[in-house]
Amino acid sequence: MDFSTLIQILDSTLRLATPLLLACLAGLFSERSGIFDIGLEAKMLIAAFFSAAVAYDSGSVWLGLLAGIAASMVFAAIHGVASITFRGNQLISGVALNFLASGMTVLIAQNWFQQGGRTPSLLGKARFEPLTLPFADALKDVPILGPLYSDLLSGHSILVYVALLAVPASWWVLFRTRFGLRLRAVGENPAAVDTAGVSVIGLRYAAVAIAGLLCGIAGAYLATGLQAGFVKDMTAGRGYIALAALIFAKWRPWYALGACLLFGLLQALALRTDVVAAIFPFKMPVQLLDSLPYILTVVILAGFVGKAIPPRAGGEPYVKER
Amino acid sequence: MDVMPKWADVLLVPIISLLLAFAISALVILGIGKDPVEAVKLMVSGAFGSTYGWGYTLFYATNFIFTGLAFAVASHASLFNIGSEGQATLGGLGVALVCLALPWPHWTLALPAAMIGGALFGAAWAFIPAWLQAKRGSHIVITTIMFNFIGAAVLNYMLVNVMRPEGSMDPASAKFPPGASLPTLHDILAVFGIPFSKSAPANISFLIALLACVLVWLLIWRTRFGFELRAYGRSESAAVYAGISPSKIIIVAMLISGGLSGLMAINNVMGEAERLVLNSVEGAGFIGIAVALMGRNHPIGVALAAILFGFLYQGGAELALWMSIPRELIVVIQGLVILFTGALDNMVRMPIERIFLARRLSAKSGE
Repeated sequence: MDFSTLIQILDSTLRLATPLLLACLAGLFSERSGIFDIGLEAKMLIAAFFSAAVAYDSGSVWLGLLAGIAASMVFAAIHGVASITFRGNQLISGVALNFLASGMTVLIAQNWFQQGGRTPSLLGKARFEPLTLPFADALKDVPILGPLYSDLLSGHSILVYVALLAVPASWWVLFRTRFGLRLRAVGENPAAVDTAGVSVIGLRYAAVAIAGLLCGIAGAYLATGLQAGFVKDMTAGRGYIALAALIFAKWRPWYALGACLLFGLLQALALRTDVVAAIFPFKMPVQLLDSLPYILTVVILAGFVGKAIPPRAGGEPYVKER
Repeated sequence: MDVMPKWADVLLVPIISLLLAFAISALVILGIGKDPVEAVKLMVSGAFGSTYGWGYTLFYATNFIFTGLAFAVASHASLFNIGSEGQATLGGLGVALVCLALPWPHWTLALPAAMIGGALFGAAWAFIPAWLQAKRGSHIVITTIMFNFIGAAVLNYMLVNVMRPEGSMDPASAKFPPGASLPTLHDILAVFGIPFSKSAPANISFLIALLACVLVWLLIWRTRFGFELRAYGRSESAAVYAGISPSKIIIVAMLISGGLSGLMAINNVMGEAERLVLNSVEGAGFIGIAVALMGRNHPIGVALAAILFGFLYQGGAELALWMSIPRELIVVIQGLVILFTGALDNMVRMPIERIFLARRLSAKSGE
């Protein structure tokens, strides 16, 4: 495998890791506050549809992004009402939302566009165009570093950089602000936070809303950046891979970046069977490559390679008086 | 503690939740510019108006009874088995391997063998998450989700690389031998002289599903293990204090749950398709969650809820055919039913409890 192929693969790794990373950070905020979220998939999917639909109708990808975020936030709100206000089962709420998103998107798409549950292809301003970073052209011919900068890092849509910047931002919010400290505390011991006079419900709603925002961006990126338009079930299990990445990352932002890049690399490799055949001395089944994120996560969960300890109050609705 | 009478808990709350879900579904149908009343009429006549409709309704219901029971058994031990989908996928593999292994002379021999194959494969797929939960404390929800995806990849690999007959492009196994073909409800009812549609896929598996309901009831409420299972589900610390081993409960409950999921394959793989195809489970594993929630984890409730979902599935197919409403409407209704009967249960329960409490208090003060 030559250097340019490597750059190509890493380039598509970065693109495929972006939705995973955004969804993974979404799950990070939610689960750190004690709210399990297996509805990441749902929020991404509904955001993907509404961002594509609005971008197509208005011709502006930015309006599309806003619509996607709004749709995702509505789903986050339902999850919040069910699991925080009414103290329902968070897993069941997630399962329900996954069904709802999968059905609603096709139903509305068919009703609006009559194209078999997809949106028309997005063109021009209705998509996120690749962004050329400063000096990318000038540095192109520098050996090694040139291609790394101008081919790998430069030339992605703005949401890729948003996702990358979301990592330090999440770290800062969670570990360097008062809000973050409280958020993490509410996921470990909500009673203590409550005793200190801070609203458990308010904090958890805030976390769920942040998750909605991030999933909205992830979904919009899928439909308007990575691809040009919405197709049925286009998230294709990415919400679950993000969940796996979250465990792999042991609920930490920087580790999440690493886990998502790794899983993105696996997805990128699965698309390049020629490269896979060249790397591995034996015949690597593509199905094994597809399921590696899940297998690795089970191994991590099993605690054979480092232990993944979830937030202690995760999944438990908080009841003020016992 | 019990504010509500039992009938309100078992009947009133789920029925109100269901009505709410249906009301919103009606709004969705209105929203896409169709007539909900006409849609309901079409669904009812499509699912129950003919023996053909019944045949499909009961066929789907059979799948959902198995996966619903699977979820219910795990639920009684407070285990959230979201892995029914993967367990049923592997069950399909087990059934297919058994059916293809021998030139079966008669279904009475093939069926018990296939049941063992399906249940064993399903249980085996549940065993690893169960063992990890019991011995390593790995969260069973996450591991079973992961095993759903790994199971799909295993099936994909087996069909594409191992079981595909030579020269075939289709990722599917060879057709099962004729001796492994199960009698349909048409064949069974013909013995009693009752006419039933010949082309509907409902088969003897439906009766086995009903039998499984009885056995699960016996297991949970009439055996020592069932008692331990429920005790553990209510309070782990109390169960441990009473000398019940959590590891044993977790592993055995999940083996039974996985086995029931795997048994589903005698209906969809052996009973209908008569060969193994990709994605043969078609989400039935997840519907099992809804079915168990609606049925309050009781076999009778599960059977009734499974028939309700069978009706939704068959009725939904009719809607797609005659009113050009996409089949995905059913997925929406499913989601709403799970949301209202499961996650938003307290939203319905709290006001009803308040009404009963107020009535009880006023009855007391009137004395």
